[in-house]
Amino acid sequence: MTDLLVRPTSESARQRLVKGALRSREIAVFVILVALIAVATVRSPNFLVGSDGWRDLLVTPSILLLLAIGQTVVIITRNVDLSVGSTVGLTAYLVGRLFVDQPGIPIVVVALIGMLFGAALGLVNGVLVAFGRVPALVVTLGTMYIYRGVFLEWAGSDRINAGDMPSGFLRLGTEQFLTIPVLTLVALVMLVIVGYCLRSLRWGRELYAIGSDPAAARLYGLPVTRRVLGAFVICGALAGLAGVFYAARYGTVSSGAGRNLELEAVAAAVIGGVAIFGGSGTVWGAAIGAFLLVTIDRVLPILGIPDFWQRAVVGGLIIGAVALDRVLSLRRERQLRQARDDARSGS
Amino acid sequence: MKFQSRRVAVLTAVTLLAGMGLTACGGDDDGGSGGGGGSAEITLLPKNLGNPYFDASRTGAEKAAGEFDGEVTEVGPDQAAPDAQVSYINTAAQQGVGALVVSANDPTAICDALNEARDAGVKVVTFDSDTDPECRDVFVNQADAQGIAKAQVDLIAEQIGDKGKVAILSAAANATNQNAWIKLMEEEIAANHPNIELVDTVYGDDDDQKSFDETAALLSRYSDLAGIISPTTVGIAAAARYLSTSEQKGKVALTGLGTPDQMRAYIKDGTVTSFALWNPEDLGYLAAYTAEALINDDITGEEGDTFEAGELGEYTVGADGGVLLGEPFVFDETNIDDFNF
Repeated sequence: MTDLLVRPTSESARQRLVKGALRSREIAVFVILVALIAVATVRSPNFLVGSDGWRDLLVTPSILLLLAIGQTVVIITRNVDLSVGSTVGLTAYLVGRLFVDQPGIPIVVVALIGMLFGAALGLVNGVLVAFGRVPALVVTLGTMYIYRGVFLEWAGSDRINAGDMPSGFLRLGTEQFLTIPVLTLVALVMLVIVGYCLRSLRWGRELYAIGSDPAAARLYGLPVTRRVLGAFVICGALAGLAGVFYAARYGTVSSGAGRNLELEAVAAAVIGGVAIFGGSGTVWGAAIGAFLLVTIDRVLPILGIPDFWQRAVVGGLIIGAVALDRVLSLRRERQLRQARDDARSGS
Repeated sequence: MKFQSRRVAVLTAVTLLAGMGLTACGGDDDGGSGGGGGSAEITLLPKNLGNPYFDASRTGAEKAAGEFDGEVTEVGPDQAAPDAQVSYINTAAQQGVGALVVSANDPTAICDALNEARDAGVKVVTFDSDTDPECRDVFVNQADAQGIAKAQVDLIAEQIGDKGKVAILSAAANATNQNAWIKLMEEEIAANHPNIELVDTVYGDDDDQKSFDETAALLSRYSDLAGIISPTTVGIAAAARYLSTSEQKGKVALTGLGTPDQMRAYIKDGTVTSFALWNPEDLGYLAAYTAEALINDDITGEEGDTFEAGELGEYTVGADGGVLLGEPFVFDETNIDDFNF
């Protein structure tokens, strides 16, 4: 028996590319995003053409973009991190406090401290999940409340105001390089780095393997504990950076900062085609998902759709995305079974 | 609010503990200065300590006490929880202070404690945030809804030359006070400003990020918008932050209710010309004078009673024992540096 169950495809490279593109979730979501922007632009040309509009279109998703990248890395390993919203808030407040308590501290140092602080919070999650073998959903739900509680205790009714932070830092929130906002550029650089690692590096592929079947990965000898720990640290560090972005962009940090962002990050990943049970999906998809979610939030008011419906639309999108996933995977399963049966009867 | 139910559970436990420990730790207050003959001893009980807003009220109250030769002691919980104030009220009652000046965290939770204090001869003045009327003698009200609505409409009218399109950026869609103000602002605009058109009301949920994005959407949707009114401190700061980085800066006017600390940067960079809020220092000042008037039996809290409140002038007790501070205070470039809350 030298027959393969599935033969190498006989289609040409171009056919494969086209078929792959048609099947790709990333492209489907991207098309929706472009359509949405087009509709909004027709309705209100400023949305795309105006200098504010162009900048907002790119810069607004940058915070969620970072969170979606981090979330994807964690979800791929069949875990989830619900504490990122609290991490963003806590880091944003820390950033503000640093500027208040250490006047003249360089912005780069603050950004690094923010990332390290986020990474430390992520490490706590990672240790609890990887060593405690407790489901990530429960652990990070707990740390979400703990981090938020620490934040409430620390900040109390206090608040970081725009006047407390140096104008150079606040300018970062809107500064542009070749018309691309700096925050977006930084987020995109992170996206490319993480995207490359997940696709081409050994440890990146191991994350997928762990998420596909944790038990098998362990039996096979993959360093599951270390990889899961690493995934949470990456997610935390990106959330920390998002906290720095938050402070620069919004200029005010009160104890509600970052609330509910964790769910938006999960939603962005899921809409972008990251399977919630791990093992599949890309950060590219999650990034487009993040852009889509944020842009919907901005477009619906422009289209005159009441606030109350905006969340329902997002919910519909999530369910639609999951349903689409299910349909596609059932179809692929059927095709594979068909191919196997054909191969058997042919032999 | 995610934390509400948890907090209630914790509070129940805390209250039980506080109730048990009350007799034991009644005396660990630094107040304790013996009953000075004739001088007004006032305990100031804000919603929570370490809150710049109430720090300003305390400054005002102390200033007033200095003028009428009284004494103000501030006590209070760390967190503005509904019944965290009960133990402090009981302590004040035991010490036999002349009056208790309270900003209530909850209109009913501290009622029994307040009434016990009143039975013990302590006069009770609420300020900033009232309890049910039967639990206190007088409520010093920072501003009435009518005054707040009118002040904001007047400010925006002045800034946009009394004509053009205006939108409102509110807090949550179900916020009672916000909705009352919005309704009154609509009436005020319809009655006195025929050339101002209120085109939209959007809700930022008192969330920096949402308010910020809603402001962006407003500017994008109405390219000829002349002004935005945001009757919420979170909303106005977020809107100012967006406007300050927008090409519309200086073209679209923004006003509403804000605090000087939040708005200082935007007043200085010219994004915002002026905004309103009551002056918490005056509020504390008036509350202290009201307490003194009650202690000296100048007033009893009946409607129509009048008393002198130092440099603020004469005040009259209104319906339900309410004393109204006056028109909201307008902050602008000339006075914003005098305030710190």
